[in-house]
Amino acid sequence: MNEFFQMGGYAFYVWTSYALTLLILIANWIIPLKQHQNLLRTLARKLRRKERDHVDPNP
Amino acid sequence: MPHSLIPFLTLLKRDLTLAYRHRGEIANPLLFFIMTITLFPLGISAEAQLLQVIAPGVIWVAALLAALLSLETLFRSDFEDGSLEQMALTPHSLAGLILAKIIAHWIISGLPLILLAPFLSRLLFLPDNAVPTLILTLVLGTPILSLVGAIGVALTVGLRQGGILLSLLVLPLYIPILIFAANAVNVATADLPIAGQLYFLAALLTLSLTLSPFATAAALRISLS
Amino acid sequence: MWTFLQQLSSPPYFYQLAGRLIPWLAWPCLAFLISGLYYGLWVAPIDYQQGHSYRIMFVHVPAAWMSLFIYMVMAISGGIALIWHMKLAEVIAASSAPIGASFTFLALATGALWGKPMWGTWWAWDARLTSELILLFLYLGIIALNSAIEDKRTASRASAVLGLVGIINIPIIHYSVIWWNSLHQPPSITKFGAPSIHLSMLIPLLLMAVAFKFYYATVVLMRARCEILERERNSHWVGTLITPSQNS
Repeated sequence: MNEFFQMGGYAFYVWTSYALTLLILIANWIIPLKQHQNLLRTLARKLRRKERDHVDPNP
Repeated sequence: MPHSLIPFLTLLKRDLTLAYRHRGEIANPLLFFIMTITLFPLGISAEAQLLQVIAPGVIWVAALLAALLSLETLFRSDFEDGSLEQMALTPHSLAGLILAKIIAHWIISGLPLILLAPFLSRLLFLPDNAVPTLILTLVLGTPILSLVGAIGVALTVGLRQGGILLSLLVLPLYIPILIFAANAVNVATADLPIAGQLYFLAALLTLSLTLSPFATAAALRISLS
Repeated sequence: MWTFLQQLSSPPYFYQLAGRLIPWLAWPCLAFLISGLYYGLWVAPIDYQQGHSYRIMFVHVPAAWMSLFIYMVMAISGGIALIWHMKLAEVIAASSAPIGASFTFLALATGALWGKPMWGTWWAWDARLTSELILLFLYLGIIALNSAIEDKRTASRASAVLGLVGIINIPIIHYSVIWWNSLHQPPSITKFGAPSIHLSMLIPLLLMAVAFKFYYATVVLMRARCEILERERNSHWVGTLITPSQNS
């Protein structure tokens, strides 16, 4: 097992490459996910505000 | 004279007249070209042997940057005073009118570079036998710079920070020209055949001459919308 | 077929469809990725020439493939957007650019990490590395143009023109760089170019390539959904979409 992590002396190069790959894959996945949540939230807030402004003058 | 040529020639003449009236602006990219080339011996070394090796690359890189600087003037004033919109509305082909503007731009910015290059090559000790090739590559290459650059200018003309963006868009597209032109001059110093490189430049010129006006027209219509 | 395409190009329909498709793309992606990593890091035997360092290939080569593949997708959908004014194609092109740029960056970075132990240098002006670097510049130019123009539709049409100009230029740049490189570079560096590859090494390579394809499909749809929401923020269907969350 230890040998596996040492990668025959190339541990730094191999593991940095794979770590970088995973980092980029995860980042590209998180960014749209967060953006989507934020968008839904701001749009909902905007809609609520608009509806409130509509209702208020009526009663 | 064929009827369709009249608007083309009128626009060409107009752009050249306008440029003549703003002579100072034309001189700026040329001064930039000269100064950049002067900086290299100061920054690297005054040794003739070293300079003559880097001379083709230095002259060509300076030409690329000078062309880039002059590009912005291609559409800017016409965009700002609305004449570009008028051109887009005329029944004449927009691509043809754009070609006239590009040719005018090349006469203003490219041609002086070609005339200056032999003198500047002295500053960098470029051997005599390479000077005709340098001129030949500039004759073939600088029109491509104007043609390809026009697409970039058309895309960025309406933007506030157009200048820096323009260089980001256009410089990668200039790389093949730089490679073949600088290499042809390098090879010519050794008296080796340069036909291949020149054919490639000529092919690039033909390609950009046929495609660029249409791409520029499409890009301008998007920027104007 | 035509009606399907028309339906697909309607934003609310695409938004829903993409939302339903994403899990079906994400799970295979994860499965291929894990099996690719397992075969690539654990099962595949050591290379007699390069030792374990060759395992970088399993992320480097698929990333380089993706960098070109995504550019193709981006340019073609940009072309479709220009010709048929299809909103969906604009959205796909705009969403592809950042993903393609990150794969290009990944290919360059892993290339450097592979080059250091093999060639003894982080960077060489090798033909493929150089063209990959220029490809990154092209991507960054498109992203910069896209973000510089405020109106989203104008931005995607302008980037589409740039993408199409780029796709004509990519082969020219690529071959000019190869030609330039063959003059300047001692050929020793490219000796790991294309040896016949053993099956035990080919399998993880293909697994990773498929995983990256699924990954791109997943992430581009996720980004496209955001892009659509943002572009259609004032339309009726977006309003009805968020009404339920408003009551809670």
